[in-house]
Order: sequence, then C-alpha cells, then structure tokens
Amino acid sequence: MKTNRKALLTSAALAAAAGLGAATALAQDGPIRIGVLEDQSGDFAAATMVKVHAIELAAKEINDAGGIAGRPVELVVYDTQSDNRRYQEFMRRVLQQDKVDVVFAGFSSASREAYRPIVNQFDGLAFYNNQYEGGVCDANMIVTGAVPEQQFSTLIPWMMETYGPKVYTLAADYNFGQISAEWVRQIVAENGGEMVGEEFIPLGVSQFSQTIQNIQATDADFVVTLLVGAAQASYYEQAASADVGLPMASSVNVGQGYEHKRFTPPSLKDMYVTTNYIEEIDTPASKAFVEKFRAMFPDEPYINQEAANSYIAMNLYKQMVERAGSTDHDAIRAELGKGDVCFDGPSGNVCLDPKSQHMSHTIFLAKVEADHSIAFPTVWENIAPYWLGDAGCDLTKNDPSAQYTPSSPPPAN
Amino acid sequence: MELAATLFSTAYQFGDAFAFLVISCAGLAVIFGMMGVINLAHGEFIMCGAYVTAATARAGLPLPLAILCGALVAGLVGMALERAVIRHLYHRPLDSIIATWGVSLIATQGVLIVLGSTMQGVGTPLGGVAVGDRSYSLYRLVLMGAAVALLAGLYWLFYRTRFGVVARATIERPQMARALGVDTRRVYGLTFGLGAALAGLAGGLYAPTMTMVPTMGATFMVESFVTVVVGGADIFVGAAPAAAILAAIRAGLTAWYGQLFGQIGLLVAVIVVIRILPGGLSAFIKRARR
Repeated sequence: MKTNRKALLTSAALAAAAGLGAATALAQDGPIRIGVLEDQSGDFAAATMVKVHAIELAAKEINDAGGIAGRPVELVVYDTQSDNRRYQEFMRRVLQQDKVDVVFAGFSSASREAYRPIVNQFDGLAFYNNQYEGGVCDANMIVTGAVPEQQFSTLIPWMMETYGPKVYTLAADYNFGQISAEWVRQIVAENGGEMVGEEFIPLGVSQFSQTIQNIQATDADFVVTLLVGAAQASYYEQAASADVGLPMASSVNVGQGYEHKRFTPPSLKDMYVTTNYIEEIDTPASKAFVEKFRAMFPDEPYINQEAANSYIAMNLYKQMVERAGSTDHDAIRAELGKGDVCFDGPSGNVCLDPKSQHMSHTIFLAKVEADHSIAFPTVWENIAPYWLGDAGCDLTKNDPSAQYTPSSPPPAN
Repeated sequence: MELAATLFSTAYQFGDAFAFLVISCAGLAVIFGMMGVINLAHGEFIMCGAYVTAATARAGLPLPLAILCGALVAGLVGMALERAVIRHLYHRPLDSIIATWGVSLIATQGVLIVLGSTMQGVGTPLGGVAVGDRSYSLYRLVLMGAAVALLAGLYWLFYRTRFGVVARATIERPQMARALGVDTRRVYGLTFGLGAALAGLAGGLYAPTMTMVPTMGATFMVESFVTVVVGGADIFVGAAPAAAILAAIRAGLTAWYGQLFGQIGLLVAVIVVIRILPGGLSAFIKRARR
C-alpha cells in the first residue's frame, strides 16, 4: 500500500512536470488570445451584438486560413452589459488573469474612458472599433471608428449648402454628445452658419414632446441628432408623428443602430448620415462581406459600421503581428509607425495613421428615403483622421494618453 | 391667435407630461401604493404589454384591441407571478424587493435571448395637427384622454363595484375581511393582476411612440416610482394630484432649460416631498380633510 502510494505520487509529480514542460512549449506557439468586451445586453445591445459576431467571423476566417503566423486565434468574450463598471472589471480580468494579447472593447465613449486608464496601467493594447467624438491620443489604443473630421466636416457643410445655414443640435448628454456638439458648433461657424438651438438629453430619456416644441419654436433648417441608446431613439417616431418635417443630420444613426430598419416608415425620412460602412453599400466587396456574414449569422438584424470596423481591426491586427513576427506591443506599433498598414476590406481601402493610431475611411453619405430605403447622394473617398496629427498629437514621439477636443487641444511644445 | 397658440402649446405639454406620469404609474400605484409590494418588475410588465401590443398589431389586430391584448397578457403574467412568488412575500417587503428585481432581470434577459435585442415597432397612428405655427401629434392627445379615462375607470372600479369595496377592505384590514368570508388570497391575486394589467396597458399605449427593446421598461421606472412616492397610498387623492404637480414642474422646466433640468426638477420635488410629507400627498390631503 505504502509503495503504491509513493509510486502514485512520483508518477503524479512526473506528469505535472511533463505538463509544465508542455505548457511552456505551448506558450510560444499556442493560440493568440483576443479579449472581446462588448455589450451583449443592456441599452446598447441592439447596436453592439453584431460587433461580437463580426469578430467571431474574422476569427473563424483567420483560423481556417491557418491562424496568425501559424498560431490559432482564441477569443475571450465577456458581456459588458452596457455598464461602464463591467468594462473596468472585465478589462482588469482579461489583462491580469486571462493575459490576452490584445483587447477589442467598447461602444459608448463613457465606457472607453472608463477602461482606458486600466489599459494604460497594465500597458495593454486595445482596439476601439467605434465611431466617436475623436481626440484620443493614446499609444495603447488603436481606433478604427470614424471621427468628427471624417463625419462632420463632410456632413455639415453639405447639409448647410443643401438645406440652409440654421442648425439645431440635439445631443446625448455625456462626453460623446457634448464633444460632438462642440465640433458641430465649430464647423457651422466656420461655414458661416448659425446655431439656433442646442439641447442635451440625459441618457435613458424617452419622451420628447417638449423638445419637439423647442425645436419648432426656432426656424431651424435642419436638426443634428446625436442621440444614443434605445430610449433616446424614440425621438424619431415622436418627431414624425408631430409633423416636425425637418431634415436630420447625424453621425450615429442608421450606421450604428439601423433605426431605418427598426422604425415604421416614414419616421426617419430625410435623415442624412455619414458612415464608413452600412450593409446597403453597393460595392462587390461590401456584398461579399454581407454574404459571408449572413452565411455564418443568418439571423443578424443588420450589419453596421461597427461590425465592419471590428472585422477590419481583426485583419489589421493579424497583418501587424505577422509583419512584426510577434505579439509584442512595441513591435506591433513599430510596424504601425511605418504608415503603410492598410487593409482592403468591406468598406474599401483603409490605412492606419501612425501619429494618432486612427484609421482613414471612405465616407458614404447615406440618405433615408420615405420608404426607409437608403440612397447615397455622395461619397468622400479616403478621408484621413487628420485633426489629432495637425493639432500636435504624435504617438511615434510621445504618448500623452489623453483625450483632446477643439477647445482643449494638445499643449503646444 | 399668437396667445391662443402659446396657451395650447403649454396645455399640450402639461397634458403630455401628466398623461405619461398617470399612465406609467397607475399599475405601480395599485401594487406599491395600495398593496405595499415594492415591485421592481413594474417596468417589465410595461415591456410585456408593449411587446404583446406590437406583436398582435403587426399580426393584423386593430391597435386598440392590440393594446387591450397587451394589458390582458401582462395581467395574466402578473397573476401567475403573484401565485408563484409574491404571495409568499407579503409580510417580507425587503425580500419582495429582491424577488421582483430578480424577476425583472430574468424577464429582460429572457426577452433579449428569445426575441433578440430589438423588435420592430408599430408606427404612431393618426399623424399630426397644426395649431398656429407648430404641429402636434394627435396620438398624444389620445393618450391624454386615455389618462383621464383611466383615472375615471379606476375610481369607478374601486368605489362603485363590489370587487373594489372588497379589495379595499382586504388591503385595509385583512383579518376583518377574512372574518366576513372574503377569500383574501384570491383578492390579493386579482388586485396584483390588475396592477400588472395596468402596467401592460401603459406599455401598450406607449408602444407606438417608443423603441421596442427589452430594457424599455426602465425608462418608465423613475417617473412611476417618483409619482407614487409623492402621491402616497391612495391613487385618487395621491397619485393623480402628484402627477399633475410633477407634470407642471417637468413641463415648465423642460420648456425653459431643457430635458436635464426637467429631470432634476422631478427628483428635487420628490426629495422635498419625502422630507416635508413622509406620507405623501394623500396622507396630507386626508389629514386636511379631517
């Protein structure tokens, strides 16, 4: 009995040692672990579930083609529940406990600003695949979503030329809405227009009668709607039933929350959106993307710009790791710094800008018709995310890890 | 004309805020105000009513019938829930908070898993009407009418019918009611079902004006709890006047300073009322009557 036990112990120790050896060997060419923190429930889920699917699609394609530099991709997915605290909790978990190589995270700007200090603290690498208010100059972040100089400097002058110079802004009351509204204000002033009104709506508000009256009390030519979340989206139905009848301009609707699919026509009639991708885009690349997306996720309600950005981001990451020959963040950023990291994907050719680590985009102007079909009155090719670089952010030289706005630009050196 | 248009606009905004508060709090006023069950699943009854309304309306049922369907289904769900969970917690109000919160989480997440993150709604019917140089949604006027009709209907139910008398007696003095031969368990069940049906009705009435998502009930929660807390235990001398006062505060502040101040005003009002009148408006009005 005693010998038996001893033998057992020895063999167990041997097995453990063998396991350990195997584990160290695996760590060098084991899977590349990618953390995915996206809202799969809560107020934002309607727009963000598809991002997880896009990442799963890209991971499957990459794995089917032999992985990244021969290493398979493994996703570590957590549901952040549209809750900023969950982002902080799970960001700590994926970086400290799961030890992922890269994180794809975040929908609302509030959530991004909640997790960004944690990415900085543990020197992680995070892709933020959302359009947003711009200005994040942080070496630990790569942003594939469109920013105001791409969405507003195209949209607002076009709207003012088409409909007139008087603008009313309706924006969600948090950092995204406030800073986006500042951009609108500035671009309207630069183009000789006039802000006739501006109202910030707390997240979660769903009743807009009085707001509609406030808009009608002015002689606005069009309304800029920067509303976020399912509750605030009730505005369109309510404005339509009150016969407001003003054209709307937005950087977030349609391309993100596919309101034109969810609401009964014609509540979104004459909504104009600048987006870098939506599934209606009629190019061979876009059609192929939609086809393979629906082949994997037949019930996907809508493939929005964030889905395309997430898919592109996965491919950009693969390219940078393969070029760098490692998942080391400095090596990856050295490749990014060469300025030729590009990907020809569903939305056309896009490139990463070394100074800001943001991405260039082809910007489509999508117009919602009375029957909620989409027309594209115009397209702006290859718009660079120039503002941060021009304002003095240069991540190839230093890393302030800060967010800048037009009224608080990077300090002059 | 200018003055008339302005007056109409003010009245419309007040009526709109009043209708929202009355309709969204009626169910809670019965379950929380009368029965004393702190029902954190109130929003999910509303969501249930809205989803059933949208589904049946899109299946071809006329909207008014679809709304009644929504109320009915929410009521039945409420009665089932009362039998399964709430019934055992009448004397444990703190536990009922946890239980109803759990129900709310299960309902929201369950709908998300089963029906997806969003559902196509029904468009707002009836279109708009122009008064002066502004235009208004006709359906919102219908909602104001519905709010008033709802109060009248509840008054009739609780003060003019046998069920109403028995229900009030049961809630006021359960032992006495039982001694007089009332099946109090059944009355509790029916009353809870009524509260749930009223919440479902709120969901049905507002379904055509809102985005259909599993979390939609949450947007009603603050307003309904604030109204019931300010109102106190009685719907008619409590919740209704509370809704009127809060509607005036909200519509006024929103018109002047925007939505943010409308919300702040609402919450400051409830803090002030809780501090000065812990029993709510109904306790104050009843005391003044004596």
